[in-house]
Amino acid sequence: MNVQDPRLVRVDHSKDLGLYAKRKGVFPKKVDGPFRRFKWTVMALCLAVYWGTPWIRWDRGPYAPHQAVLIDMANRRFYMFDIEIWPHEFYFVAGLLIMAGIGLFLVTSAVGRAWCGYACPQTVWTDLYQHVDRIVDGDRNAQLRLQKAPWTASKLARRTFKWGIYLAIAFVTGGAWIFYFADAPTLQHAFWTGQADPVAYATTGILTFTTFWLGGFMREQVCVYMCPWPRIQTAMLDEKSLIVTYKHWRGEPRGSVKSAARSPVPLGDCIDCQQCEAVCPTGIDIREGAQIGCITCGLCIDACDKAMRDIGRPRGLIDYCTLEDATRERNGQPDAPVLKTLFRPRTLVYFGIWAGIGLALLFMLGQRSRLDLSVAKDRNPEYVQQSGGAIHNGFTVKLRNMEDRPRPVVLSIAGLPGGAIYTDDMASNAARPSLQLQVPADETRRLRVYVVAPRGTEPGQFLFQLKAIDAQGGHGQSQTTFTTAKGNGQ
Amino acid sequence: MANEPRIDEATGVETVGHEWDGIEELNNPLPRWWLWTFYACIAFALGYVVLYPALPGLTGATPGTLGWTSRGALAADLKAAEASKAAVRAQIAAIPVEQLAADPKLLRVAIEGGRAAFKVNCVQCHGAGAAGSKGYPNLNDDDWLWGGDIATIHQTLQHGIRYPGDDQARQSQMPAFGRDGILTPAQVQDVVSHVRVISGEDKANGSAQRGAAIFAANCAVCHGANGEGNRLVGAPRLSDAIWLYGGDRASLTETVTNAHAGVMPAWSQRLDPVTVKMLAAYVHSLGGGEAAAPVAPAEAPAQPATATK
Repeated sequence: MNVQDPRLVRVDHSKDLGLYAKRKGVFPKKVDGPFRRFKWTVMALCLAVYWGTPWIRWDRGPYAPHQAVLIDMANRRFYMFDIEIWPHEFYFVAGLLIMAGIGLFLVTSAVGRAWCGYACPQTVWTDLYQHVDRIVDGDRNAQLRLQKAPWTASKLARRTFKWGIYLAIAFVTGGAWIFYFADAPTLQHAFWTGQADPVAYATTGILTFTTFWLGGFMREQVCVYMCPWPRIQTAMLDEKSLIVTYKHWRGEPRGSVKSAARSPVPLGDCIDCQQCEAVCPTGIDIREGAQIGCITCGLCIDACDKAMRDIGRPRGLIDYCTLEDATRERNGQPDAPVLKTLFRPRTLVYFGIWAGIGLALLFMLGQRSRLDLSVAKDRNPEYVQQSGGAIHNGFTVKLRNMEDRPRPVVLSIAGLPGGAIYTDDMASNAARPSLQLQVPADETRRLRVYVVAPRGTEPGQFLFQLKAIDAQGGHGQSQTTFTTAKGNGQ
Repeated sequence: MANEPRIDEATGVETVGHEWDGIEELNNPLPRWWLWTFYACIAFALGYVVLYPALPGLTGATPGTLGWTSRGALAADLKAAEASKAAVRAQIAAIPVEQLAADPKLLRVAIEGGRAAFKVNCVQCHGAGAAGSKGYPNLNDDDWLWGGDIATIHQTLQHGIRYPGDDQARQSQMPAFGRDGILTPAQVQDVVSHVRVISGEDKANGSAQRGAAIFAANCAVCHGANGEGNRLVGAPRLSDAIWLYGGDRASLTETVTNAHAGVMPAWSQRLDPVTVKMLAAYVHSLGGGEAAAPVAPAEAPAQPATATK
């Protein structure tokens, strides 16, 4: 070692980011501008939807919960306003999730990482926590000073106070989640009186911790290191995707207004005020180009526009701009028409898939049957010989009533001459061709049904038929097999 | 070979102090989060070893200060499961078995409880589907030796059939007509012929006519003049389509010659009263259950009809 090979170029790695680089804190400066105000609006909207939704009431009559959006795990029902999803209809939820995925592709191809910049919960809560920082500790410089200051009693007190606020926000966030899974007012009361299910407290605890940790401390590290979406972005973005662009052909070479006077060459518009860096919630320098840490929230645009306004130069040195437009601008050409960029094959295909799935779901929602039956034949014994020579077969019949009220129905059989039915709480000699039954509201009623047919009946297929005898009507049927000593007719 | 650790000027990282042919190793520390997780695991393991059974010995593991055992955990779970059923079991205990049907919800619980108990206690003889086998009655049909309303089934379950340990067990004994020499083998064949005629298996012939007289003298007292059976003594109905020991000539000959007397244990001696009640509800629900009247309507007209003949 220490034998210097003159062909080797010594590279100084000491300034590289190590694999386990210690995090440099991000202390974004307060900024104002159209994008910041848009971000405030989206944040308010997201938080309002998150906290408010479980408290919306929705009248569904006496047999169903009165909560507009409710995921009722215990009873396996998912309520969303006028739509009620049963477990066997879970494909609706799967369809919604697929739509959400395709929707993300659609939004990304149309307007870039708008989700990351504005609506992602990590972004919303990080933004909220960073605002708490500015309220408690002061703006960027005050925060930096406090960060470097030794741990005095006063610093400890301020940190404890701030973390207390973090925790309160985290608790309210984690606590709100459980209201989607039970009647909100009831659960709220039970929660505070210690009557709620342990799982409610555990869920609140876990989500309080994750919010506290991810929003209060991890922040931009979640986006840079933990989230797969920025990686997927690299495959999603193309030359027509909207990204935050520093127009270096206009800004470089950078230099302050003073140094511009001394410079032998004319300087660009960038006065190197570093406001774009100071306001960035993920702590990057956008002037280094598009990068994984850029969530395209546009706050640097607001900051740069203000700087440009202050020194009387045109806005938009940093701006939302597609790669294609960037090239055109460098060549002095006008931007491509916005509509043409927006409605291109890629976005249209995504929109087509997205809308197709949506329409298919709506169609199925309109078509689905609210009354149904399913029949399972007994395997053991397959048939039973009765003393008079008749044969009976046992079945488990499930009557499904998806309406929020009890319904009178008639269960009968067809295709089995002389056949009659009775249930396991009836005497065997009380069999009759059809049974009138009540199916409870919003429930599946399980019945043990015996089908008895006279001596000499041939094995074969027959139908169970279900008919609602209320004003609404509706019917269903299910084919099954009658087995005798001769087999099942197949 | 071991040199003093030194700072590598290219990376600014300390070396471990070893060198092989000019190659040195940098002493990059483990990530701190990893280290702390590792220490936390060690701390957890120490606590676990103290609190729970952990270190293997010759005869068993160290017990642990919490006294936890998997057997104890199972016992606690079973106890909790029992406790959760206590209320509904008390309800079933309080209600007479023939009134169970009046409470559909309770009946449903009883049937399901009976289904579970049946799978443990009864399937060995009666089969998983309660369809029985030779000598063990099929419980799905409407042919009952001792009666098929729920109270009678309950009575049979409680005290058993020909069970030596219970005074109230159902008792009866068919004579071994052939073995004990009451009938000659030829007479036995004639009776068999007659029985196959009244059950509709064969057409009448000379042997059956001779058998009819023998039947009237020896068998009708229990099985009825027309072979309609008698539930008071558990004498099977011979005129129907169901045979407990087989309806072909060979099986019938064997039955008449040697007689059969199946035994069922008195379940009240083995199971708690609520479980027996639930079993009765389950067996009654299998498709052959009769209405609660003590005499089944099908039987009533059969008796006067015999009398007029």
